[in-house]
Amino acid sequence: MTITIKQLQKGLADKQFSSVEITQDYLNKINQKNIDLNCFISVTGELALKQAASADAVIASGKGSVLTGIPMAHKDIFCTDGVKTSCGSKMLDNFIAPYDATVIEKFNRSGTVMLGKTNLDEFAMGSSNENSFYGSVGNPWDTSRVPGGSSGGSAAAVAARLAPGATGTDTGGSIRQPAALCGITGIKPTYGRVSRYGIVAFGSSLEQAGPFAHTAEDCALLLQSMSGFDPRDSTSVDQAVPNFSVDLNKDIAGLKIGLPKEFFADGLDSDVATVIETAISEFRKLGAEIVDISLPNMGLSIPVYYVVAPAECSSNLSRMDGVRFGHQCENPIDLEDLYKRSRSEGFGEEVKRRIMIGTYALSAGYYDAYYLKAQRLRRLIKQDYVKAFEQVDVILCPTTPEVAFKRGEKTDDPINMYLQDIYTLSLNLAGLPGMSIPAGFSQSMPVGLQLIGNYFEESRILNTAHKFQQVTDWHLKAPEVK
Amino acid sequence: MSRWETVIGLEIHAQLATSSKIFSGASTAYGAEPNTQACAVDLGLPGVLPVLNTEVVNMAIKFGVSIGAEIGKRSVFDRKNYFYPDSPKGYQISQLELPIVGVGSINITLQDGPNEGQPKTIGITRAHLEEDAGKSLHEAFPSHTGIDLNRAGTPLLEIVSDPDMRSAKEAVAYARKIHSLVRYLEICDGNMQEGSFRCDANVSVRPMGQTELGTRAELKNINSFRFLERAINYEVERQIELIEDGGTVAQETRLYDSDKHETRSMRSKEEANDYRYFPDPDLLPVIVTDEDIEIIRNNLPELPEQKCQRFISDLGLSDYNAELLTSSRELADYFETALALAPDQSKLLVNWILGDLSGALNRSDLDIQSSPINAAMLVTLLQRISDNTISGKIAKEVFEAMWQGEGSADSIIESRGLKQITDSSAIEGLIDEVIAANPNQVAEFQAGKEKMLGFFVGQIMKQSKGKANPGQVNQMLRDKLKA
Repeated sequence: MTITIKQLQKGLADKQFSSVEITQDYLNKINQKNIDLNCFISVTGELALKQAASADAVIASGKGSVLTGIPMAHKDIFCTDGVKTSCGSKMLDNFIAPYDATVIEKFNRSGTVMLGKTNLDEFAMGSSNENSFYGSVGNPWDTSRVPGGSSGGSAAAVAARLAPGATGTDTGGSIRQPAALCGITGIKPTYGRVSRYGIVAFGSSLEQAGPFAHTAEDCALLLQSMSGFDPRDSTSVDQAVPNFSVDLNKDIAGLKIGLPKEFFADGLDSDVATVIETAISEFRKLGAEIVDISLPNMGLSIPVYYVVAPAECSSNLSRMDGVRFGHQCENPIDLEDLYKRSRSEGFGEEVKRRIMIGTYALSAGYYDAYYLKAQRLRRLIKQDYVKAFEQVDVILCPTTPEVAFKRGEKTDDPINMYLQDIYTLSLNLAGLPGMSIPAGFSQSMPVGLQLIGNYFEESRILNTAHKFQQVTDWHLKAPEVK
Repeated sequence: MSRWETVIGLEIHAQLATSSKIFSGASTAYGAEPNTQACAVDLGLPGVLPVLNTEVVNMAIKFGVSIGAEIGKRSVFDRKNYFYPDSPKGYQISQLELPIVGVGSINITLQDGPNEGQPKTIGITRAHLEEDAGKSLHEAFPSHTGIDLNRAGTPLLEIVSDPDMRSAKEAVAYARKIHSLVRYLEICDGNMQEGSFRCDANVSVRPMGQTELGTRAELKNINSFRFLERAINYEVERQIELIEDGGTVAQETRLYDSDKHETRSMRSKEEANDYRYFPDPDLLPVIVTDEDIEIIRNNLPELPEQKCQRFISDLGLSDYNAELLTSSRELADYFETALALAPDQSKLLVNWILGDLSGALNRSDLDIQSSPINAAMLVTLLQRISDNTISGKIAKEVFEAMWQGEGSADSIIESRGLKQITDSSAIEGLIDEVIAANPNQVAEFQAGKEKMLGFFVGQIMKQSKGKANPGQVNQMLRDKLKA
């Protein structure tokens, strides 16, 4: 049974139930199911009930807004004042931020209730949620499979109906890929739309925060609350945020949807391809014009991404040095020992691998060949999209090349793991908005469809997704979780 | 003449006089309790982001246009990655490829050598913005190192010169010139003791006539101009001795120890960090328009060289005096404040300011801003000379009393009874006394020994405790003796 935020909002407004009641209900479900799924690192029950009680008071006074009293979960990478922010790492197992991330601050102001903080790949590095210090997360559709990553905990929590909405961050696909693998809706906005202040940084030039929910309509509500210029983030864009909900029902007849041939080529699972084909025919029925397009430089996105993202991460994670916060090794003999052991003990394998790659790419003598070259190629990738959007309004492709894979299946094969993001990470390199919506099933597992919009055109892809969800019910399918 | 030529380039770190830090809102005030002026951004907590304080950009542009430099229309902040406990993020935000200030120059007056007194142009390679690190406190805690991050994120303008200086004195002249300029521009308080103005010197030697540069050593930890001169001279001698003994100079960083008066190896280039510079993705490039630059240029204060020229042409001061007076903005301001009160006394003011006042300041090791005698007080004193209330000689006594804080010129003259005696009958009485007491000397004078006049003047001034008007005494004495 799927209860959307829209429905909860109506129930709260009509006094069918209180925020405390629904919060307690979600907390009970978390209590039952989190043992199997492991999607929460921290459950903040007491705080949630307190926030719910004050939300009820606000609603009673008639001053509630659309999200007042709505429970949700936050990826454990957003700093939360007084609540542990671990980033799924031993390094920050003891870290309690003294401040709220802008996104958290905005949700607090909207009156949402924080149920807890969700599991993730360590520092958001991974595509399966298997790189967490707190253990891997089960996919609610089949717990022997991964939920995707890095925001696997948030996606699994929403898919398992442990929260009606959740936040994630997306550096290379970390919202869209787990949304696809868990059969829910997730959106990564345009780079600069949402403040990065208070999000523990991995790939600064790539990442954006965004929401997970069951519907595009709910995502529009959550994204509305998160978006906007923040003077504390120089890369956030000082541009008016449109109302993402007003155009949801706009007719999409005549909408030009581009299909990039590069995203339907080798490597795409044939069952997934069939599901996407069927979805495309739905869009045709809705009157959209389907256009074949080409993004010739997409083959560069994985190598470019795996230079840029590790380079930024190698520098961003330098502050985790065991000196002021986070893991510190026992009895260091000198400064170098303190650094080496604190970091060796505190970071997991994938994080170390990326720090090593990034450090190498930035080193004297290699900088031009790797980092600078990657930046040049990044511009080519961006140019491909700029040209494509001269022809089409929206680009459509699968979110992932295959459905959720088995836990442990790819852990020894990082390159194969990186290929899971082949359709998603070029958007991060270009800074474009994209979302994943449920489009059907293959091997009884959900298949995600990706919609890519032009810069700051989140409204258009939300509208496209919403129209699709009006004529399909894939997004309402719920897994049977024991 | 030495067979060796010294080559010096300076890297000056000028702390920009903003009230808040370069990338956070925390205060930059000096001397607060450790870690009380460091916010989440300065502490490098996970998730925080830098936001540029645009005031630093304006200050850097001010400096740039003052040295005739090209201003970077698009300058970029880079990350300089290295691990050290007082560098909280594990990187310093600086500018590498695209600095805010490009190539410029400044003129100095040569302090030694065959062209002493002649002007010389020193090239400035670049000036870029960066954040300061915190401080490691090694002495405060046994077996531990304390970290104070109050200074972390303080804005710095790093001014890099070309290797254009050929002696320690030249290097000091250049450093003083930059020091004076940043204070004129009010972009740096110039306090070397507090580290607001720091000089690192790149020093090398080469055989006279050789064009390629010798291997350089970088001298750090120099916190006064005197130490800058000493450190360079020590280092030059060390390098020459080393080479003459068959050794080679290592490219390294050396720390100057002012107690032992020596430089010591700190780290060699081989162990040096690979800083892995790359553009900071958290900050946007700084875009400066021609219009921005023009606005700043049009609002520049009068610069030292312009002021110096004006003093020479409008007031008729000597080159030497004009240059001395404009060597610091505060000294020039003092002079100009005084001049406004006594517009026709420029010569007398210059003599007193560069003479007695500067001497007293030097003896007490004070800056002009801390002078116990302000410009208005000095003007009153000088007016008492010109209106014949006191003589120039008595004025020195009054000056001394004013310096000691005994009050204004008038109150000191009054309380000490120093008012000049101009009453002819009183002076006549003094003359008569002296003539009566020295008949032999009177005889000598009358026998043609004109020099004896001086003796009588001295005696009369002594009798009057210096208060008799010397001009009147001279005139009346002459009349009396010749009568």
